[in-house]
Amino acid sequence: MNTPAVEIQNLSVTFTGPDKTRVEAVKNISLTLTRGKALGIVGESGSGKSVTARSLLGLTGGHVTADTLNILGTDATRLTEKQWRAIRGTKVAMILQDALNSLDPLRPIHREIADALPGSRKHRKRAAVEALHAVEMPAPILRADQRSPELSGGMRQRALIAQAMIKNPAVVVADEATTALDTRLTRMVLDQLAELKDRGIAFAMISHDLAQIAQVADDIIVMRHGEIVESGPTKQLLSDPQHDYTKQLLAAIPRGVARFAPLSQVATFDDTTATFENFKDPVDVREPSDISAIEVHGLSKAFGDHAAVFGVSLSVPQGSTLGLVGESGSGKTTTARMILGLERPDQGSVRIFGQHFAPAKESERRDLRDRLGAIYQDPLASFDPRYTTSQILINALSDGTTSRSRQYLKRARELLDLVELNSSLLSRSPRELSGGQRQRLAIARALAPTPDILVLDEPVSALDVSVQATVLDLLDRLQLETRTSYLFITHDLAVVEHMSDRIAVMTQGELVETGTAQQIMHAPSHPYTQQLIAAAPDWNP
Amino acid sequence: MSRTARIFAGLFVGLIFIAALFPSLLAPGDPLAVNPSEAFQTPSLQHPFGTDESGRDVYTRVVHGTADSLTIGLAATALGMGIAILLGVMTAFGPRWIDSMILRLLEVLYAIPALLMALLIIAFTGPGTTPAIIAVGLSTAPGYSRLIRTHLRTLVNSEMFDAATVLGHSRWHKIRNHLIPNTLSTLLALITLGIGQAVIWASALSFLGLGTPPPAPEWGAMLANGRTYLHFAWWLTVFPGAAIVTIAAGATLLGRTATRSRI
Repeated sequence: MNTPAVEIQNLSVTFTGPDKTRVEAVKNISLTLTRGKALGIVGESGSGKSVTARSLLGLTGGHVTADTLNILGTDATRLTEKQWRAIRGTKVAMILQDALNSLDPLRPIHREIADALPGSRKHRKRAAVEALHAVEMPAPILRADQRSPELSGGMRQRALIAQAMIKNPAVVVADEATTALDTRLTRMVLDQLAELKDRGIAFAMISHDLAQIAQVADDIIVMRHGEIVESGPTKQLLSDPQHDYTKQLLAAIPRGVARFAPLSQVATFDDTTATFENFKDPVDVREPSDISAIEVHGLSKAFGDHAAVFGVSLSVPQGSTLGLVGESGSGKTTTARMILGLERPDQGSVRIFGQHFAPAKESERRDLRDRLGAIYQDPLASFDPRYTTSQILINALSDGTTSRSRQYLKRARELLDLVELNSSLLSRSPRELSGGQRQRLAIARALAPTPDILVLDEPVSALDVSVQATVLDLLDRLQLETRTSYLFITHDLAVVEHMSDRIAVMTQGELVETGTAQQIMHAPSHPYTQQLIAAAPDWNP
Repeated sequence: MSRTARIFAGLFVGLIFIAALFPSLLAPGDPLAVNPSEAFQTPSLQHPFGTDESGRDVYTRVVHGTADSLTIGLAATALGMGIAILLGVMTAFGPRWIDSMILRLLEVLYAIPALLMALLIIAFTGPGTTPAIIAVGLSTAPGYSRLIRTHLRTLVNSEMFDAATVLGHSRWHKIRNHLIPNTLSTLLALITLGIGQAVIWASALSFLGLGTPPPAPEWGAMLANGRTYLHFAWWLTVFPGAAIVTIAAGATLLGRTATRSRI
């Protein structure tokens, strides 16, 4: 091929903290980007992958040193801010992550897309429409005049790609462009990104999800703690990973992993004598139960004219997991809120272990509350911001009567033990905990009244794949040990397949299909389910 | 907020409270003592803020006026905030029809400029210190109600509250554990900001001759009085004016300190 579009040798980025401490976010990274090829940079949050990508645009905000930092023939080691501005957007463009916040809601998207272009407004608008056409935006002329709130999530993401492409850059960087998108949207964006390569663009894709990177990238580099631990062609890296960390990342992907088989294998890598034999799949010792932990019949809820949930019936046998899968806006969360008694259903009923639970007065069902726990996507929002870890747990253990009494401390420690958290965290505020630790704390709190049922609403969607693996393993272990029944809500098909005995598929407020995990994933009968499964990335490492 | 700013705000509040509670410590003279032979003295060592048309010492009057202005500020804020808390709780927790009824009422009140409303109330009650308190208190209440209602609503609909509901905590425990503590810091900030605002409005009413009647040393009344002689005796208006500005700014500074230290 031709000369590389971007060549980086020994790039380091250092940040100076407020107390003069220096943190080396990126250490001695070398990489090249080639026209018509895609490089995937994978790593968990804090691995330095975003900083590396931003160094291509001079946007790190830290101190950058490099032996070579060659961008399209320009030596970029000593550029002034003004010279960088000439490169940004024109030669190197970035596709932003958050489509909802990255577009001004008050301006039509054609202006958001083509603002950087010279020329008359008419000329710029035409260019914007062309750019929208190129990313296969439906009805581009109509959409160009609309504002971002009028567009769907997928259209917004397309608009962002069009925005990045407007000046025909030679290098494009996409930072977590597919994170937090639904299955079908992810598919669409990935296809769009793969197409950039055909246009001869040198493309860098950054993600914490190896499975998504693998769909697009020709080469992959794996980063950890600011360093490259492994790099190579995609196929080779996936089929024959050399570094333990790469193996760990690969194992963390739940796609196609049998139920209860562990996803996280952190222990093996510290112990050279241990082999994967130690981590043989635990035998599924659960016996099928006739008792229904949750029994939902004909649940409906409308907000104004909009029917959020319509006629949903489902049941969760004791000790098993029902996965509830659907895209955002499909009514999953409203269903969960009605089951938890947080939203009053317009029609239908919820029974918990055969006893009537909803709709009912709060005082009538308080006794049943102890049998029901809930985990949310954002654990931090569900904690009182003034509470420390111990206060959160004591408050839950004491039924809200106190948050300080020391008599509950022993139980609080046991709960932390149960979710594999160190009890030294008791005095910490949850804000000081990592995302994975916060979710463990939320699980510990939900377990305080020793519930028989956990309703989990997107419990791992905000977590890195490697952290997600440890939380999913924890949930598996708890279920085997305590026979807790799970209602597991998610938009992620791989996660739902790994975690569920049975799966229910929701779209537009209705339950379209329910079956065993095997049936739904491999022989879906409803057209919507078929579409959904088809959109999931193929994954055979 | 920097440490120095916090110390400054603290000192300042201390000074104001001394001036309000024991004005004689700072200004031993009589604020009402008339001495026609010393009328319109420019600021000097003997009269740091000068004297007015009747020869009264402006410094003494400003110090002794603190109590009056501060009382109006505190009492009016307490009244406005009390009404607002009541309405806010009713709208946030009551049945929906109460919520929409009170909201409509607040919107109507909101449409009338607060000072205009204060004037309306004075028109019914007649001028005086107590009417000024009532007028300022009532006219600030709608704004506070809206803020408190929104704040309570957000808390009641938060995931934190949902989590407590799912754990089976009673309504009272939820209110005691989460609602009240998380509202206090907001209230504290609102109150301190409100006091500064109320002092300004009370002065405005006095300036219009509708608040504390002369010859009491009230800052707004002193401003109004000094206006007549503004072209040659600037000190009659500048010093009471500066007092109003400092007390309002000081209260605001304190409010910000309170909010920040909670985060």
